[in-house]
Amino acid sequence: MPNRKPPRILSEAQQSLTFTRRAMFLGAAQAGVGLVLAGRMAWLSVAENERYSLLSESNRVNLTLIPPRRGWIVDRYGKPIAINRTDFRVDLIPDRVTDESRVVGTLADLLNLDEDERERILTELKDAAGYQPVQVSGGLTYEQYAAISVRMPELAGAAPARGFSRFYPDGAAVGHLVGYVGAASAADYEKTRDTLLITPGFKVGKAGIEKVLDAEMRGKPGARRTEVTARGKLVRELATRSDVAGQTIKLTIDAGLQAFAARRIGVQSGCAVVIDCTNGDILALTSMPSYDPNSFSDGISQGEWAMLSDNDHLPLLNKAMQGLYPPGSTFKPITALALQGAGVDPEEVVYCNGGYQLGNRRFACLGRHGPMNLHRAIAKSCNTYFYTMGRRIGIEKIAEVAGIMGLGKEFPLPMPSQKYGTVPDAEWKQRRHKQQWSQSDTLNTSIGQGYLQVTPLQLAVMVSRVASGRALEPRLIARRGDAAPQPLPFPPEHVAAVRSGMDEVVNGNGTAGRSRLQLDGIRLGGKTGTAQVRNFKGGARSGYGIPWKFRDHGLFIGFAPVDNPRYAVAVVIEHGMSGSGAAAPIASDCMLYLFDPAKAMEKLTGLEAGWGGDIGTRMTAEAQAYRAARAAAADPATAAAQAEAAQAEAAAANAANMAAPPPPPSPAATHPADNAAHNVIEEAE
Amino acid sequence: MSGPSFVPAPLAQLPWRLLMLVGFIAIFGLVVLYSAAGGHLKPWAFSQGLRFMVFVGMALVLSRIPEQFWKAAAFPLYIGILVLLILVELLGFVGGGSQRWLDLGIIRIQPSEMMKLAIVLALARFYDLLPVGDIRRWRAIWPPAVAIGVPAFLVMLQPDLGTALMIIAGGLTVMFLAGLPLRLFVGGGAALAVIAPIAFFFLLHDYQRNRVLIFLDPESDPLGAGYHISQSKIAIGSGGIFGKGFLNGSQSHLDYLPEGHTDFVFATMAEEWGLIGGLLLIAAFILVVRWGVTLSQRVDGKFARLVSAGLATTIFFYVAINLMMVMGLAPVVGIPLPLFSFGGSAMMTVMICVGILMGIERSNRPRGRFG
Repeated sequence: MPNRKPPRILSEAQQSLTFTRRAMFLGAAQAGVGLVLAGRMAWLSVAENERYSLLSESNRVNLTLIPPRRGWIVDRYGKPIAINRTDFRVDLIPDRVTDESRVVGTLADLLNLDEDERERILTELKDAAGYQPVQVSGGLTYEQYAAISVRMPELAGAAPARGFSRFYPDGAAVGHLVGYVGAASAADYEKTRDTLLITPGFKVGKAGIEKVLDAEMRGKPGARRTEVTARGKLVRELATRSDVAGQTIKLTIDAGLQAFAARRIGVQSGCAVVIDCTNGDILALTSMPSYDPNSFSDGISQGEWAMLSDNDHLPLLNKAMQGLYPPGSTFKPITALALQGAGVDPEEVVYCNGGYQLGNRRFACLGRHGPMNLHRAIAKSCNTYFYTMGRRIGIEKIAEVAGIMGLGKEFPLPMPSQKYGTVPDAEWKQRRHKQQWSQSDTLNTSIGQGYLQVTPLQLAVMVSRVASGRALEPRLIARRGDAAPQPLPFPPEHVAAVRSGMDEVVNGNGTAGRSRLQLDGIRLGGKTGTAQVRNFKGGARSGYGIPWKFRDHGLFIGFAPVDNPRYAVAVVIEHGMSGSGAAAPIASDCMLYLFDPAKAMEKLTGLEAGWGGDIGTRMTAEAQAYRAARAAAADPATAAAQAEAAQAEAAAANAANMAAPPPPPSPAATHPADNAAHNVIEEAE
Repeated sequence: MSGPSFVPAPLAQLPWRLLMLVGFIAIFGLVVLYSAAGGHLKPWAFSQGLRFMVFVGMALVLSRIPEQFWKAAAFPLYIGILVLLILVELLGFVGGGSQRWLDLGIIRIQPSEMMKLAIVLALARFYDLLPVGDIRRWRAIWPPAVAIGVPAFLVMLQPDLGTALMIIAGGLTVMFLAGLPLRLFVGGGAALAVIAPIAFFFLLHDYQRNRVLIFLDPESDPLGAGYHISQSKIAIGSGGIFGKGFLNGSQSHLDYLPEGHTDFVFATMAEEWGLIGGLLLIAAFILVVRWGVTLSQRVDGKFARLVSAGLATTIFFYVAINLMMVMGLAPVVGIPLPLFSFGGSAMMTVMICVGILMGIERSNRPRGRFG
C-alpha cells in the first residue's frame, strides 16, 4: 500500500487505553445482556405467570370424566324396565394412539381377541374421527381390566374404564317402547362440543323414550383429577367428584302386561295397546316382532342388522305408533256415535239384504242380516246399516266425531315419532287428490275403509274414550294429581248405546263370541275389524290361499269390564285375515292378564310351547337360521369376503351354541359394534 | 485481598470473592439436582458434588501456575487440541457417526470443549507477540482468522453448532480487545447480516435449521421439536416470583421438562425457586464474569489482560447462550449452564478458566507484606 498514507503508528500506551475502553465496553455489554436475561425472566414469571401456571397445571393434572349413571326407566309399580349393569371396558382414543399395530396387538393378546376383532379395531381406528373412542372390548373381567390398567404406560391411547352398560330385563318386549342407547355420533359431538359425548362408555338415547327423555336420564358426569407424568404414568389421585345419576323415569306402563302382550302376539306381526280408562295411562304399548335393545346398546353387528331389516314382519318399525291401517269395522262405533248425534233413532231399522245399491254399484255386506237396528248392526258388524246411515248423515259429521275420538291426531307422548293417519272429508280429498268427494267415498268411510288410515295407538285412545265417555289423553309418564278428563261432547246415552252394541259383539250373538273372558262377572266388550289390504274379487279376499302380505289385517278394539270400564285395548295383527280370529283372542288374553295374571300366564305357556319357545329363544333360533341361510346363499364369485365373514360368523354362532345350550340372548356374546349399522338405524327412525 | 493475620498466608491470599461465588453457584446447583432426582442424592447430586470438589482442587492447583507458563504453552496447547479435534473427526468418520470425545479410559476428553480455552490463550499470545504497530495491518487479522476458522469448522462438522459458535465468539472477543480497527467489527456485523440467511439455507443441517425455525415459533410444534422450549418456558413462567417451593416442581418431577438436569436445569431451578432464585443465579454469574473483566483492567501485560478478559467472556457466553435458550430467546443449542448443569465437561472448562484467572491474579498481585 505505498500510495496510501501509512497506518497510524500506535504506541503501547495508546493500545492500552484502547484495551481499557473496549474491556469496559465489553463489561457493559455483558451487564446489559444480564439485565435482558433478568428482564426476560421477570416477564415470564411475573407478567405471564398466570398463563404458564395454567399450562403447567394442565400438564400435571389429567381430568377424566366419569360418565354419569343413566336414570332408570321403571314401570308404574317401580319394576325396572331399563337399568344399568356394572361393566369393565376398554376403548382406544385414535388421537392418542402412537403405534397402532403394537397397542392393538398387546390388547388383543391380553383380551384373547381373534384376528377378525383386530381387523375391526384397526379399521375403525382408521375411520374414526380422532377424538371418537373406538371400543376394543366391553364386558371385561376384573382381571383383564386390571391387567390393562397396569400396562397403561406402554399402551398409549388405551382407555380402560369402569362403567355401566344399559340392561333391559324384558329384552325385545320393550324394544320399541324404550328404544335403545348407543355411543354418541360424531355429528352430536360437533354440535355441542361436550366432551362427555366422547368419553368412553358414555351412551345417549338413540330411539324411543331413551332418546326423547335423554336429557332427564343423562345425569351429570363426575370427574377424576389425577396427577400424571409426561409418559402418562399415574402418580396420585388428586380429587374425585362423583357423578350425579340421571333421573329415574316412571312410566305408566305395566311391565308385566307389556311383556305378556309382546309374548302373546307370538310369531305374528302386530301390536297391542292397553290404556287405563280412568286416567289415560298407557299400560302396554307393544309392537312385535321387535329388536332386542340389549344387543343394540353394545353395538349391533352387520349380520344382526341385515337380519332385522330383511324381515318382512318389520321388527324395526314401531307399528303401534307408526303403522297405518284402515280401521275397518272397528270404525263403526264412531259412525254409530255420529249418526246418533245427527238425530238418527238407534231403534230405526235398516233391512240388510246382503248389500247396498248406490246407483249402478253394489256395496257388499258380509252377510244377509235382515232387519238391523244400531245395537244389532254393531254386534253383527252389518255394513248395509252403516252404508245407509252414513250416507244419510254425510261425511262431515263422521269426520268430526272421528276427530273428537282421537283419530287423525297426535298425542303428547315422549316418543320420537307418531303418525297422524288420515280422517278424510270433502275438503281433504279436494286438497289431496284434487277430486270431488263422492257418495261412494262416504259409504267406504262409514265402514272404516277407503281413505281412512289410523294407528293402533289412535284406535286404543278411541276405544278408551268410548269406554270411559271422557276425552282421555294417553300418557306414558306416570304423574299424580291430573284433573279428571272432560266428558265427551255427546249425550251419555249415545255412548252407552255403542257400548251395549260392543258388549253384544263378544258376549251376545256377535262376531267375537269366541273371545269372551273366562272370568266370573267380568265381561269384555269390543268390536272386530278386518281391513282390506288389496281388493280381491269374490270370497277369496281372506283365504289362506293367497300370499301372506296380501292377506287382510285383523283388528280388535275392546274394553272391560263392560259395566264399569276399567281397561281399553286395541290389537292389530298384520295380515291376520280377520279381527275375530287373530286380534280378538290376543286382546281378550291381555284383559285376562289384568284381572287374573296366573290364569293368563298358564294359557300363554301352553301357546308358546307350540310356537317354539319364548321370544328370546325364538329370536336366537331365527338369527342362527338366518346366518346359515346367508352363508349358504353367499356367492363366492362375487362376494368372497362377505361369504367368509358370514361363515365365520355362523361358525362362531354354532360354537357359542354348542358351548352353552340352550342359548339365552346374551348381550356379552354379541357381535362387534358396527357404526355403519348405527347410522342406518338413525336414518331409519 | 488480605485477611486477618491469624489466617495462614496462602489461604488468605486466595481470591475468596471469586471462590465464594463459584461455590454458591455449584452448591445451589447441587440442591437443584437433588430436587430434580425427586429428593435423592443419586443419581446426580452426589456425583456432581464429588466432581466439583475435584475440580476445585484442580483450579487451586492451576492457580499456582504462573502466567509465564501459559504464555509459553499457549501455541503448543492450541496445536495439540487441534490435532485431537482432527483425530476425533477421523474416529467419528471411521466409526460411522458423529463423535465428540476421545475416551482415554479414565477420562473422556472433549477437544472441542478445550478449544474454547485454547483459542483464547493462543490469540492472546499472538497479539502479545505482535508488534504494536502491526495491529492495523493485514497480518494482525489473517492468522487469528485461520486459527478460529479451522477448529470452528471442524466442530461444526461434528456437528455441534453451539460449541462452534462459542469458539468463534471467544476468538472474536480477543481480537476485539486486542485493538483491531472498529470498522472491521462493524463491517463484519453487516456482512454477517447478509451471510446469515445464506448460511441458514446452505450450511446448517436439517435438524439445526429446524431448531432455528422452531425457536422463531415454538408454539408451531408444541409436542414435537418445539417441546423443549415450550416446556422450559412453562416451567419458568409457572414458578412465579417465589417459585413452587423446594421439591415441588411439577414440570421437572413429572418429566414434562426434558433435560431438566442438564441443559434445562435453569428451568428446573426457576420452577421451584421462582424469579428470586433466577435473579440470584444470574447475578452470581455476572459477578464471576465481572471479576474476570475487572481483573483484566488491573493486570500488566497484554497477554494477561487479553486472557483474563477473554476467559471471563467465555464463561459469559456459556451462561448467556444457555439462559437465552431456556427462556426462549435463542434456538436450542446444546450448551449447558456451567457449574449448575449435571455433567463434567462444561464444569471442567469453567473451572480451568477460574484456575487460570486465579493464577493471573496471583502472578500480578503487588508484593504485599507477606511477599
